[in-house]
Amino acid sequence: MNPANYVVLAAILFSLGAIGVLVRRNAIIVFMSVELMLNAANLAFVAFARMNGNLDGQVVAFFVMVVAAAEVVVGLAIIVTIFRTRKSASVDEPNLLKY
Amino acid sequence: MTEPGIFSLLWVLIALPLAGAAILLFGGRRTDRWGPYLGVLTVCTSAVIGVLMLLGLMALPAEERSITQTVYSWIAVGSLQVDFALQLDQLSMVFVLLITIVGALIHIYSLGYMAHDPDRRKFFGYLNLFVAAMLLLVLANNYLLLYVGWEGVGLASYLLIGFWQYKPSAAAAAKKAFIINRVGDVGLSLAIMLIFVTFGSVTFGEVFGQVGEASEGTLTAIGLLLLLAAAGKSAQFPLQAWLLDAMEGPTPVSALIHAATMVTAGVYLIVRSHVIFDAAVWAATAVVVVGLITIFMGAIIGSAKDDIKKSLAGSTMSQIGYMVFAAGLGPIGYIFAIFHLLTHGVFKAGLFLGAGSVMHGMNDDVNMRRYGTLKGLMVITFVTFMAGYLAIIGIPPFAGFWSKDEIIHAAFERNALIGVATILAAGITGFYMTRMIAMTFFGKARWEEGVHPHESPKVMTIPLIILAIGSTLLGMALLFWGNIESWLEPVTGFASEPTPFPTWVYIVVTLIVVIIGAIIGWVMYARRPVPIEAPRGSWLTRAARKDLYGDAVNDALVVRPSFALSKALTIFDARGVDGFVNGLAGSVGAISGRLRRTQTGFARSYALSMVGGALLVALALVLVQS
Repeated sequence: MNPANYVVLAAILFSLGAIGVLVRRNAIIVFMSVELMLNAANLAFVAFARMNGNLDGQVVAFFVMVVAAAEVVVGLAIIVTIFRTRKSASVDEPNLLKY
Repeated sequence: MTEPGIFSLLWVLIALPLAGAAILLFGGRRTDRWGPYLGVLTVCTSAVIGVLMLLGLMALPAEERSITQTVYSWIAVGSLQVDFALQLDQLSMVFVLLITIVGALIHIYSLGYMAHDPDRRKFFGYLNLFVAAMLLLVLANNYLLLYVGWEGVGLASYLLIGFWQYKPSAAAAAKKAFIINRVGDVGLSLAIMLIFVTFGSVTFGEVFGQVGEASEGTLTAIGLLLLLAAAGKSAQFPLQAWLLDAMEGPTPVSALIHAATMVTAGVYLIVRSHVIFDAAVWAATAVVVVGLITIFMGAIIGSAKDDIKKSLAGSTMSQIGYMVFAAGLGPIGYIFAIFHLLTHGVFKAGLFLGAGSVMHGMNDDVNMRRYGTLKGLMVITFVTFMAGYLAIIGIPPFAGFWSKDEIIHAAFERNALIGVATILAAGITGFYMTRMIAMTFFGKARWEEGVHPHESPKVMTIPLIILAIGSTLLGMALLFWGNIESWLEPVTGFASEPTPFPTWVYIVVTLIVVIIGAIIGWVMYARRPVPIEAPRGSWLTRAARKDLYGDAVNDALVVRPSFALSKALTIFDARGVDGFVNGLAGSVGAISGRLRRTQTGFARSYALSMVGGALLVALALVLVQS
């Protein structure tokens, strides 16, 4: 199978994730979209590693997974805290940090 | 040669009054009680030392009469080597005597004149400071040290003119004198720089020794700058305007600083630098022209003023004009410039102190139209004033006759036209001095209500008597007994040129002109009643009352352009410089204010701009690579 197809799939997944981040209000969904983008990037890394015949991309994919796991821990903790205080997980409502 | 015997005390001459000034000015009120007497004592001691030095100098052969004392090495930077060194020669000697003896008499007089002034300790401190600075000026052996004394006397003059600084007119007069003097001081400092650049030294001996090597253009420039300096200090045209206002100071100050000593510093400077002027003909001619203009300006102003001190100030300008004029004539005039300076220093100090004595008896009124018939009430003042009067108009055998006659004769040796001008000016002198004594001592009493004229105390009249004796005898003493010509010749050089007529012709003509002037003055102001309100007068009188528009000219030429320039600069600063800087800051602020609005606080809009930016970067990469 042509590895270029994986790259196209990665682009599609990344775009879906980006659109999800932009259009959804619920923080959990936005967060999931971010994970989707990260994994799209992982897929691209792996696909390029395969195409170029070296292992760097594969290794980076593992790093990204580790970082993503750590990020989930922190991010979910923040979302839960916000939900507790505001009774809502909307990303539009906490807008006090502005001009 | 170095300093044998009494001459090792040269520095003490200056140090004594300087110490007096320091004690009086820093000692504060503790010295109030005995301070004035200390001030008198220091100057009198200096005078005694001065006389001893004169005897010492006279005992030496003529060619050894120049003593240099190096006190310490003052400035040693590369090729600029300046010692704090004093030089006593025949020229400095006569100045030292004039300064210390007349200074001592005026100090004594001030004990009486300033007896009731609460600040008299300060007054004597300033007077001591003045004497020290003036002695430094005439004893310095290089231009830089002379400059220190030059500035010192300027400072003392400023402090003393403004001594009654609670009077706005006195404060303004002090500032005016200081600022106009500054113009001359700039001339002197430029001259010193030029001298150092040209000759590589500022010591008199070394500079004068190398004059032959410099180009005439350079020497002319130095000469003109020195003339500017002299004009500022000696109130010569065009820097004459400050002297008349300087009369706001106490009368002893006018006598000491603005008649006898400080204002003659310019003449000293020119005569001291005579080697430069000898080699720069145009500069010397400029000196003659400036002197001649000032002779007439001063005489005309002196003829119109009703204020006795201002009239005397005009006369001082005129007489110093004679000295500057004589100094410009070259070797035929230097000695007579100094001769007239000495006699004038004595008789004009006497006249000023006499005027002070009159004012003392008239409740400090200076308006001569309010005087009259004081001759019987102030006998000593009257007699001494008359001695000064006869001396200044040049009646033989009084002092001024001998010195002024020599200057007129020297003028004829150079050029008949300027000779006639000096005789004419002598006639005007006769007029205004007669006017002064007629209005003051003769005629009818025109006193203000409640004025009781009385003779001054002995402490004031004794200096008057001594100065009157000087006014009477000094001319003859210097000429016949002191032999001033051969005394000064080693320093200043001397030359004599033939004149078309024998000497007595000039003397007789001058005397006739002076007596005509005096008779006109007598008829106008003693035979006819003097109105208390000044009549309108001719255009010349009105111009002279306004100091011949000296202030108006300065105002139009310097003051108003300066104001306009500073105003223009203020506007440029406010609108131009500040406008640019503030405008830049303002526009940055305004733009930031707009840009701030993009920080909406919506996380998703930030995400959108990030995506947009990333897309742009990706697009750019693709476009660049393809």
